[in-house]
Amino acid sequence: MIKGELAAIVGINGIGKSTLLRTLGNFQPKISGSILIEGKDLSTYNEIQLASKISVVLTESIASKNLSIYELLALGRQPYTNWLGKLTDDDISIINNSIDLLELEPFLDKKCFQLSDGQLQRVLIARALIQNTDIILLDEPTTHLDLYHKVQILKLLKTIAHKTNKVILFTSHEIELAIQLCDKMLILDGRENAFDEPCKLIENKNFDTLFPKDTISFDANTGSFRIKK
Amino acid sequence: MSKQSTYSFHFITLLAVLLLCFVINICLGSVNISFIKTIQALFGTVTEDSSYYIIWEYRLPKAITAILVGGGLSLSGLLMQTLFRNPLAGPYVLGISSGASLGAALLIMGTSLFSGVFTFSTFNDIYLAIASSLGSFLVLSLVLLVAAKVKDTMALLIIGLMFGSITAAIVSVLSYFSKAEKLQQYIFWSFGSLGNLSWMQLLIIALCAITGIFLSIISIKPLNAFLLGENYAKSLGIGLKKSRYIIIVATGLLAGSITAFAGPIAFVGLAVPHISKQIFNTTDHKIQIPAVLCCGAILMLLCDTIAQLPGSVSVLPINAITSIFGAPVVIWLLVRKRKMIF
Repeated sequence: MIKGELAAIVGINGIGKSTLLRTLGNFQPKISGSILIEGKDLSTYNEIQLASKISVVLTESIASKNLSIYELLALGRQPYTNWLGKLTDDDISIINNSIDLLELEPFLDKKCFQLSDGQLQRVLIARALIQNTDIILLDEPTTHLDLYHKVQILKLLKTIAHKTNKVILFTSHEIELAIQLCDKMLILDGRENAFDEPCKLIENKNFDTLFPKDTISFDANTGSFRIKK
Repeated sequence: MSKQSTYSFHFITLLAVLLLCFVINICLGSVNISFIKTIQALFGTVTEDSSYYIIWEYRLPKAITAILVGGGLSLSGLLMQTLFRNPLAGPYVLGISSGASLGAALLIMGTSLFSGVFTFSTFNDIYLAIASSLGSFLVLSLVLLVAAKVKDTMALLIIGLMFGSITAAIVSVLSYFSKAEKLQQYIFWSFGSLGNLSWMQLLIIALCAITGIFLSIISIKPLNAFLLGENYAKSLGIGLKKSRYIIIVATGLLAGSITAFAGPIAFVGLAVPHISKQIFNTTDHKIQIPAVLCCGAILMLLCDTIAQLPGSVSVLPINAITSIFGAPVVIWLLVRKRKMIF
């Protein structure tokens, strides 16, 4: 992947989307192959170096629901703060930038449990942004959201990737939305595992075999799936 | 975390309350000593009086013990609640209290069973302290050994509780076979006691407490990151294993030394972090560590003052007082807030 791109990992349940993402994020050991960041292997980075390269938004919920939103956001600066975690003026202006970008101003004094799923998702994305890494990995950032908020989150990710020149990679079941919004897509099907721009993937008929053909077929003209009756 | 300065008022108030409780605690006791005399004795202007002896050899060590015990147990409770992401966790989850009980039970009741093997039939508080600290560190090191193998913190929590069940079972077996007077002696130990500590013993607790507090302070960043969950903490560059070890050792030192000398004091470690989180509306450990230390010390001084039954000769078991006066406070706080969110 190159900088400034939004990419989605799609595939059927259990094919290993999250596993791939978790391996990329160094949460679990890789089985084979190598992961390179800027030409260097993942294992050559230590914990702090990695924390300034990769930030994550996970499916697991926040451990302490009593955390206030501002505190949560400020934790994103941890890899850069001193041993006490004191925020410098630079840290605070980075935090404030992300607050403006994601319009989080009204939530700052609220606690995590007071926010809706969609609002919390925006807060978690802001936290990842505040960590100021080149790479952001998101595991199913749009689950539990309605269509409007799904589109909102994905459009936001696209804007961020293009504006701030970041690599943003997420797993998703929203194939149709991803086709419309992503720069690149990785289709995990256990055979080719094609990675390309969505239109090229459509041309190569990579989506056609994603689901069993007798149940769901892919319409290349509209870029959507049809249920076989 | 942006609003640290606004809490200075809270801290000044807490410290003032702490000082007030400290003075009240020293002034009140089974023997009536007037306030003026107490102050005079404290500053050494009257030295020949019996009140000087009572205050310097009994009340002052007891009050300082209360501060150390309350602060230390509360801090270890806060550490455990953050590490295990569980509002019900306390120092006991690592098997520290149960290990100490096992040590004490083996010494008190075991010696009578194996009197042929062990010849010493009399023992004093020092032996008891040594036995219970050995017990708590034995169980703690077992838990640490397991912690090296188990990756999941929740599994560690359950393992700690299982160790507690095993030691409790051994204690039951011992008490079934021991004589009534030995059983009574053990039960008295389990009531907990803040008095009868020499300045030397106090020094040991103080050293352990200072080390524990120091370890907690260097863990402020990992502790705050743990509030997000372990995977997020890892993604923020926290060395999970190392931080977990430091936090467990800090808890062991704090709760282990206190339980060894003052007995298993219930409830304080569990309750105080909740009370202080109501006073200070933040989960930031930079604020919460000093806050639980103050709140714990205040609560313990108050409980000790009550247990002393000022003016009367009898002393209530401190363990009962901490629960009777502490538990309703937590219930009231939770009912008012209607939810318990860690």
